[in-house]
Amino acid sequence: MAKYQNIFNRVQVHGEADMGVPLPDGIWDRSKARFSRLFGRFGEAQVGPTYLGTTGLLSLLFGIAAFEIIGLNMWASVGWDPVEFIRLLPWLALEPPGPEWGLSIPPLNEGGWWLLAGAFLTLSICLWWVRMYRRATELGLGTHVAWAFASAIWLYLVLGFIRPVLMGSWSEAVPFGIFPHLDWTTAFSLRYGNLLYNPFHMLSITFLYGSVLLFAMHGATIIASGNYGSHREIEQIVDRGTAAERGALFWRWTMGFNATFESIHRWAWWFAVLTTLTGGIGILLTGTVVDNWYQWGLEHGFVPEYPDQSSGGDPAAAP
Amino acid sequence: MTLLRITAVAALITLVSACERPPIETTQNGYRGTAMVDVSNPRAPEAEQGYPAALPPASASGPKAGEVYQNVQVLGDLSVAEFTRLMTAMTAWVSPEAGCNYCHNPANLADDNVYTKVVSRRMIQMTQHVNDSWSDHVGDNGVNCYTCHRGKNVPEYIWFSQGMSAYGNQHFVGWRDGQNMPDVGVGYTSLPSDAYTDFLTATEGNQSIRLASAEAFAGPELGLSIKDAEYTFGLMTNWSQALGVNCTYCHNTRAFQNWEQSTPQRMTAHHGLNMVRDLNANYLVPLGPVYPENRLGEELGDAPKAYCATCHQGVAKPLGGADAVSAYPSLGAASR
Repeated sequence: MAKYQNIFNRVQVHGEADMGVPLPDGIWDRSKARFSRLFGRFGEAQVGPTYLGTTGLLSLLFGIAAFEIIGLNMWASVGWDPVEFIRLLPWLALEPPGPEWGLSIPPLNEGGWWLLAGAFLTLSICLWWVRMYRRATELGLGTHVAWAFASAIWLYLVLGFIRPVLMGSWSEAVPFGIFPHLDWTTAFSLRYGNLLYNPFHMLSITFLYGSVLLFAMHGATIIASGNYGSHREIEQIVDRGTAAERGALFWRWTMGFNATFESIHRWAWWFAVLTTLTGGIGILLTGTVVDNWYQWGLEHGFVPEYPDQSSGGDPAAAP
Repeated sequence: MTLLRITAVAALITLVSACERPPIETTQNGYRGTAMVDVSNPRAPEAEQGYPAALPPASASGPKAGEVYQNVQVLGDLSVAEFTRLMTAMTAWVSPEAGCNYCHNPANLADDNVYTKVVSRRMIQMTQHVNDSWSDHVGDNGVNCYTCHRGKNVPEYIWFSQGMSAYGNQHFVGWRDGQNMPDVGVGYTSLPSDAYTDFLTATEGNQSIRLASAEAFAGPELGLSIKDAEYTFGLMTNWSQALGVNCTYCHNTRAFQNWEQSTPQRMTAHHGLNMVRDLNANYLVPLGPVYPENRLGEELGDAPKAYCATCHQGVAKPLGGADAVSAYPSLGAASR
């Protein structure tokens, strides 16, 4: 017999579309709502109403422009061969200019396209941020989503714009490409004496893994106490019921401490926001302030010392 | 459900098909807890061990080759018997199929118009130079022609410089900046595919392989860029593949640049680097004008050059660390 589940739902019952609270008209019409059986299997079956708006439309246009510049450059780099384009896609990239160009504007086919794609993508992302902020205020919501997004944008800007500008060279920035950006990451760590000794990198990893852990703990708690009404989370925040109390007691039993139904969301929000916030600080300090994180770690006493491995010492240091 | 199970099994097989089955052997080669280990698969096909059996020794007495034959510019001090023995060995090492005529005009063995003969003479001098001057790298084992040639006219592992082809489309879009193509030489990464020319062709004035600053705070200079770092990374990947070892064979990877934490192998490798530069700059590159077009780089017309893989061919000690030179002292220190 069909039964209701929180996910992979096989029972789909709905009435009229919920068009949301009455709001003053925007400058654009809101789209109508539809229903999707497929979406209903995983979450809400209702699609829309959506509101694109000026910032949304501009964001999409700039985003598409950046996507096309990157994709067409990749395709051109394999001589416009469609099969090679798909086969080699993970290796292909749009590269930033070489170090010889500094912060000047290079020809299009020597990094100029990278600058243009980066500028369009940045515009697109920032316009999307404005859109999120404005949609939230329009609905009378807090702007937490927009500020969390801003934290991710901070890391993106540090990697692709702020740090390259401080270093005086576009060549310091990340290429657009799948394997190439991973190789860039390793090269970056090699150049600056091992990024794992960068304390802000440590913090960022801590918050990243912490986010994952909190997400799993919270999701598991809610599903596990679903029988007692925990899926009505917002109600349980202000009017604690047996679901919240059982969940809380479970964590006090197992680890001695529990977040509340309200504070767990603040925990998760801060962990997520701090991941990219601290990560961005770590990248920003690398090369601009600290040149060798391993040496920095030695000077600050958190790198263990190992016995000499008898290589004979640096031959360049020999008289 | 059946379809789902079949798909799951097929996906699992696909996922693990490229894996080597355990157990894999590891040998610790650094301080405990640093993950410095050599990893090897005991079931991997055995690499070629040892050199072809040495020919029986020849008499050192009798007239010298330089007196009997014409145009003997190297090895002229050998007796005719020793000289003939070495020529026979070289034929087996380098041209077992084409025989003597690969390098010699059969009507006049002294004829220098066969380009391979001119190249061979220089290669003999190079072999002597390696055995005489680079014992820091090759030790007492030394090298002979077979170390690189392995019975082939042209050694399997050589390299040519790359020109604009590594930079992608030259027309308005599609610039690759010398990288972002799966290249076997750099382990199918997206690293620069010619990570050799700037490091290995000259004895001085090469691009710096060293990346990290010695100090935590190095000052305001830009120093090496991330793109430079990718070239070093590419070279090191090539190097690691050439020897069939991972990074920790030489480095403690928590501080690649640090020599005190590196293994003795890194010093051997350091001498090898300078040796390759010496051989390319003083022997292999100058041979460019001697070669016919089909032996030169397709793109730039440059001479074939050597790197670690030329001798090592995937193992840390070429041919299992076998003795190459004591049966042929004229190729070694005795030639001095």
